Parts: sequence; C-alpha cells; structure tokens
Amino acid sequence: MTTVFGVPLPAILGQLMLGLVNGSFYALLSLGLAVIFGLLGVVNFAHGAFYMLGAFAAYIGLQFLGVNYWLALLLAPLAVGVLGIIIERLFLRHLYQLEPIYGLLLTFGIALIAEGIMRSQFGASGKSYPVPELLRGGFNLGFMVLPIYRAWVVLASVTVCGMTWFLIERTRLGAMLRAATENAKLTQAFGINVPVMVMLTFGAGVALAALAGVLAAPVVQVSPLMGSSLVIVVFAVVVIGGMGSIAGAIVSGLVLGLIEGFTKVIYPEASNIVVFVIMAVVLIWRPAGLFGKEQ
Amino acid sequence: MRAEFTVNLVLVLFALLAPFLGLYPVFLMKLLCFALFACAFNLLFGYTKMLSFGHAAYFGSAAYVTGWLVTTRGWGTIEGILAGVVVSMLLGLVIGAIAVRRQGIYFAMITLALAQVVYFICLQAQFTGGENGLQSIPRGSVLGILALSGDRTMYYFVLAIFIAVYLGIRRIVHSPFGQVLKAIRANEPRAISLGYKVDRYKLVAFVLSASLAGLAGSLKALVLGFVTLTDVSQDTSASVVLMTLLGGSGTFLGPVVGANVVVTLEEYLSDLVGSWVSVIIGAIFVVCIMIFRRGFVGEIQRRFRRRTDSP
Repeated sequence: MTTVFGVPLPAILGQLMLGLVNGSFYALLSLGLAVIFGLLGVVNFAHGAFYMLGAFAAYIGLQFLGVNYWLALLLAPLAVGVLGIIIERLFLRHLYQLEPIYGLLLTFGIALIAEGIMRSQFGASGKSYPVPELLRGGFNLGFMVLPIYRAWVVLASVTVCGMTWFLIERTRLGAMLRAATENAKLTQAFGINVPVMVMLTFGAGVALAALAGVLAAPVVQVSPLMGSSLVIVVFAVVVIGGMGSIAGAIVSGLVLGLIEGFTKVIYPEASNIVVFVIMAVVLIWRPAGLFGKEQ
Repeated sequence: MRAEFTVNLVLVLFALLAPFLGLYPVFLMKLLCFALFACAFNLLFGYTKMLSFGHAAYFGSAAYVTGWLVTTRGWGTIEGILAGVVVSMLLGLVIGAIAVRRQGIYFAMITLALAQVVYFICLQAQFTGGENGLQSIPRGSVLGILALSGDRTMYYFVLAIFIAVYLGIRRIVHSPFGQVLKAIRANEPRAISLGYKVDRYKLVAFVLSASLAGLAGSLKALVLGFVTLTDVSQDTSASVVLMTLLGGSGTFLGPVVGANVVVTLEEYLSDLVGSWVSVIIGAIFVVCIMIFRRGFVGEIQRRFRRRTDSP
C-alpha cells in the first residue's frame, strides 16, 4: 500500500476530505464575516452563534415541525437572517459612529445570550441530525470511499461562495455595495438607501452562517457551543486572508481547512493550533493579510 | 482629588477589617485576585485602548506554572509566584510583539487567536493535568518565615500585594510613560510624528499588563489551591473585559468595582439559575455597551466633575 510520511494514502485522503469539509464551513463563515465587516465595520463575534442557531433551527424543524433537510436549507438561513436584521436594527445600528471594538463586544454579548438560551433549553450535550436519504452512502473511488454527504457539503458551499462572489464583484447590486463600503455618505448622496443596504447585508451575512450551520448539522453534533471555538478559527482565517477581501476569505477558508486536515495526519497534536500559527507567521510577514490591502 | 483619596482610604480600611466582619476570607481573596487581574487588563485597555481578548492566557499560564512548581517541584511560594510572572511576561512579549503590528479589532482578534493556542497547549501538555487541571496546591510560606496556610494570613498577604500593585499602576499611569500611552490613545499618527516609537510603547504596556495578569493568576492558584482549563479559557478572557467595562475602563477604581460585581454575580447566580448565568452575563454586556459605556466609576466621576466644574 502506498504510504506518505509512513501513513497509508487512504487515511491521508480521508483526512484531507474532512479538512476540505471543514474548509467549506470556514469559507462560508469567513465570507459572511468579511462581507459584514466590509460594509458595517463590525467584527461579528456572534457569527459562531448564528452558525449554531442555523444548525439548531434545522434540528428543531425536523424534530418538532416536520421540516425536512431541503426545506431547512432554505428556511433556517431565512429565520436566522431575520433575527440578524432585528439585532442590527435594535443594537448594532447605534454603534456605527463609535469605535469598532464596541461592535465586537456587543456581538460577543449576543453570542453569550444565544448560547446560554440554547443550553438552558436543550442542554450542553450534542444532538445528532440524520443525513438526508438522498445523500446517504458513498462513491467508491477505488482507493477510498467518498461519503456522498461530504462531497455535497463541499459542492454546495463552493457554489454558494462563488455565487456570493459573483453577486458582489460582478453585478450592479454588488457595485452599489462596494461603493457604500468605500464611501457610505457619497453613495447615499447618489440616492441609494445605504441604511437599508447595511441592514440587509448583515442579514445576508448572518444567513450564510446559518446555512453553514444547516450543512454542518448532519456531520457534527448539534450543540449550543458548536460555534464558540469555531468563530475564533474563522477570525484567524479572515486575518490570514485579509479582512476586506471576499475572494481572500473564500480561498483561505478552503486552503486552511485542507492544511488542518493534513496536519491531523502528520502531527495530530498540532491540528488545533496550526491555523493560529499560520496566522502569526502571516502577520509577521504581511501584516495586512495575504489578500488584504494596507490602509 | 480629595474625594478620591477619601474613597480609597475608606476602601482600604474596609479591606483591612473585612475578615472580621464575617465575610468569608477565601471569597474575599478571590475577589482581590480578579480585581488585580482586571486592573492589569485596564492598564492596557483603559489607557491605550488596545482590547486584548486573550488575557486569560497570561492569567492561566502563570497559574499553571506556579501551581505546578509549588506542588510537584517543591518550589517556595515566592519563587513560584515569580516564576509564574516571568512566564506570563515572556508570553506577553511574544504575543504582544505579533499583535501590536495591527490595531483596533485586528488586535483583538489576534490576541484572541493566540490565546487559543495557549489554551490548546495547556489542554495537551503533561504538567497541566489536562482536563483535570492541578489540585491541592499548597500555599507554603513567605520565605519560610510566615506560613500562609491560615486564611487570614493569606488574605493579608494577597491584600498587601494587591495594594502595592494598585499603587504601582497609578504611578505608571501618571508617569511620563503613562502620558505617552495616553497620547498614543488620543492620536496615534501625531504621537508617531512627534518621534515616539509607538509600537515599542504599546509592547511595553502589553508586557506590563500581561505580567500583572500573571501575578493575579499565580495568586489565584495559591488562594483556591487549584487551576483548571477555565483559567486559560476564552470565558475568563471575556469576563475580565466585562469587569473592566462594567466598572469603568480608564479609571483606577473601575476594574476593582467591576471585578467585585462580576465575581459575586457569577458566584451566587450559578447556584440560583444554572445555565442562565451566561444569558445574564451576556445581557449585562449588551446593556453596558449600549447605554453604559463609561461604567459605574466612570459615570460617577463624570457626574461629580460636571458638578464641580460648573460655578
């Protein structure tokens, strides 16, 4: 059997596949984080909590309301997005003229509230969510078995990321969004309703996090704390990619997922910290991040 | 100024008498340790506006080092504390050197991410006891002369250190160095154009803050006799931010007040409401950010100043 670093090849490919799946979640989450940061100047600490709420929305939908996976894929991001919009209107809106760290602290408080409520309702232990029937089983590739659901997660997230990128970089709506990011006052002077755009952008970014949550529900345990450590990794991912860059967030999300998977094979003890170590190295070498521009 | 002096005097008298007023000394010491931690954090956040979201890394790693040395290596109490402080200082130097390269929220995210590295190292290393943490850490004695096993003796030991550090922080803030920090906070480009090596000042402030956070952690390990992963976790980092904000960042007494409120809340609420405690803490965070950004002491000082300023 072929081995690399003394590890059989199928094991490596299996870990890389897991890494790619994680990378898809990183990409979806850091994309939303980057879009929100670009327009609102807010680092959304509650991003992990919204991811968790997305997964829980799917779980609750299936358990209590009979909403299947495919419907949840649509409804959960919608519901969580609306919640995000409410939070933006009630709280975040009043902080834009202050220093950005207040936005970070506020969203942190919101994350604590969301996690605490879910924990008191559902307990701290993980809930499992069944893989939808259509996506069960795996392809036999000869050298390894590729679970269909994992392939679907990667495919779905890459597609959504690509569509978001296209929407922002190549359409008229995206042009307005970019204009507002560049100079909100001037954009508003041209007759574009920037406050509404800000609100919808926050909702959309949060909905992306919830979508990642629904996609993750069948492969990870659905638990109130599933997002709290993930959000720190995603922070590191966007620092590496460069905060303002959409493409940078997507690419570094996927690549770092792969690197993490690879580290699990060759040196498992370091797999939890490899992303942070890369972040430190990138900061020393290029303080603005790989794809970021120095202001 | 005079009013502030009176307040401080009353507080010191109260702290001296507290063990005789029927208050539980171990709880009082816990309050002092977290107040010290919050003061250390405030030295950085309150006077430079650098929000470190990973201060538990210094608090916790010093607690682990002191606990480990005292328990399994047979080190003396003072040497153990000093070793803890040195480790947190070095850690602060490494993390600070990387983090001061970016400002504002980036700084917060980077300190958070690097603190997570420290957390995982503590989780996996041998000497920390992993998930179990360190237990039954002896308090030892001060240089073999004064045994610290009694709660009251230990209390006065911790109180003495706390007062010394509190006065030290006041001194630092009022010193020329402290003035430069405030200048950087007010207008960084201007401070640079005046010729100050801004990054170096920030790094020194960061290392000072990390070392004092470490001191607080070492004392906490000795006071409670155990160290767990919570001490290096994100929760502890967040709770020191909350203490400082709630009490009033950039004021001397603010962090002390905030630490007392938060620790007391956590202590009593966790029995009362279970997992709702994080909902309550989160709600306090939100209220604090939305309508109460100056904190208790900051708000009082503002009212007081306004009254004395108007003729």
